Amino acid sequence: MDINFIREQLPLYVEAAKLTVYIAVIGIILAILAGLLCGMIRYFRIPVLKQITACYIELSRNTPLLIQLFFLYFGLPKLGIVLSSESCAVIGLTFLGGSYMAEVFRSGLDNVSPAQTEAALALGMKKSQVFYYIILPQAVSNSIPAFCANIIFLIKETSVFSVVALADLMFVAKDLIGIYYKTDEALFLLVMAYLILLLPVSLLCSLVERRIRYAEYGN
Amino acid sequence: MQNMGIEVVFKGNNFIRLLEGLWVTLRIALIAMMLSILLGFFLGMIMNVRNKGIRAVCRIYLEIVRIMPQLVLLFLVYFGAAKHMGINLSGENVAIIVFTFWGTAEMGDLVRSALIAIPKHQYESGYALGMTKLQVYLYIILPQTFRRLLPSAISLLTRMIKTTSLVVLIGVVEMVKVGKQIIDASRYTSPKAALWVYGMIFLLYFFICFPFSRLSAMLERRFSNGFQKK
Repeated sequence: MDINFIREQLPLYVEAAKLTVYIAVIGIILAILAGLLCGMIRYFRIPVLKQITACYIELSRNTPLLIQLFFLYFGLPKLGIVLSSESCAVIGLTFLGGSYMAEVFRSGLDNVSPAQTEAALALGMKKSQVFYYIILPQAVSNSIPAFCANIIFLIKETSVFSVVALADLMFVAKDLIGIYYKTDEALFLLVMAYLILLLPVSLLCSLVERRIRYAEYGN
Repeated sequence: MQNMGIEVVFKGNNFIRLLEGLWVTLRIALIAMMLSILLGFFLGMIMNVRNKGIRAVCRIYLEIVRIMPQLVLLFLVYFGAAKHMGINLSGENVAIIVFTFWGTAEMGDLVRSALIAIPKHQYESGYALGMTKLQVYLYIILPQTFRRLLPSAISLLTRMIKTTSLVVLIGVVEMVKVGKQIIDASRYTSPKAALWVYGMIFLLYFFICFPFSRLSAMLERRFSNGFQKK
């Protein structure tokens, strides 16, 4: 292990990690918005839109992000739609994440027992009140665990962005291995970078999950 | 629209070559999945052992697999093994090792939670009938976990198939690589090849994974109804 080499190359990794975080944050926020929209459409069974979102969800859940990116980056320019690496990455992550998030939100809403709605209606609440005060809070707490798992999944998926020529962590690591044959150092920095990125998120998630479980079962 | 360019996918033996490429990834996924199921059952049973040390080791293993992107694991084994052990593993073997490593952790966790979900009286009645521990597991507990595990194991398989698309990045000649070759070979005859080839690869992945995810959803619905007696 060559400490000096690690120290020299560290800025490259920091830059790459920043890029990863930047793309991941934008992509995940957009994915959550897309997921909310699709989840609502599925939950309220809005005609026509419902079928379209169902198609989208199946299409995006059953194909790998890598292939989606290839199609966006190399395929679409042939139709005259040229996207930059960054926008490809963000669109890809949103396309993939949107469907996963939609499923999370929909199943969270669906898993609120009908008895809750009936009880609230029996108490004389309006339909909108039932949704905001009774269903939504329970749905949120239902979907937190799967939501957290998906956030981690999406951050992990950002590792394939090097294929659309984005200088992310994988790209830098591969470069260093290719140029200097400093395999150990490059891989060590790579693993460390992902640990630093993902460990806090993972810990935060298990904390939140424990809190939710405490709220539900008191233990 | 005289020349759509879609012919390039079906020209000569291009389509057959794409399918052969698909088979390479599918083979990796299937082999890794079979190994993962086998090892996952052991891991799942080990994870339920009361020994704290063993549990901690399993927990760390699980967390590492959960946190590290699969591509990083592939890189670690692919570049690391070549340098340190002096063995030149082919990309395909690296992929099988890494995906088994990953799948075992996921499968182990599934088996663990399925085992916990089995009511305690099932074990106790088994022992009360004078069965040995091995017999209880073999004849009573494991058959019951199969039903609960089937849907999630199938969805793990689809995840595995999707994730094996990454192997192109460690130099395995599979569908994407073949697709690139086709695009390069027909750069002048059909300049729009990239659109159709990548579109076709996209659809092929969809047609492979879609039936599995449907099956998994269907089984899940059926089994959950069976359990809750709705």
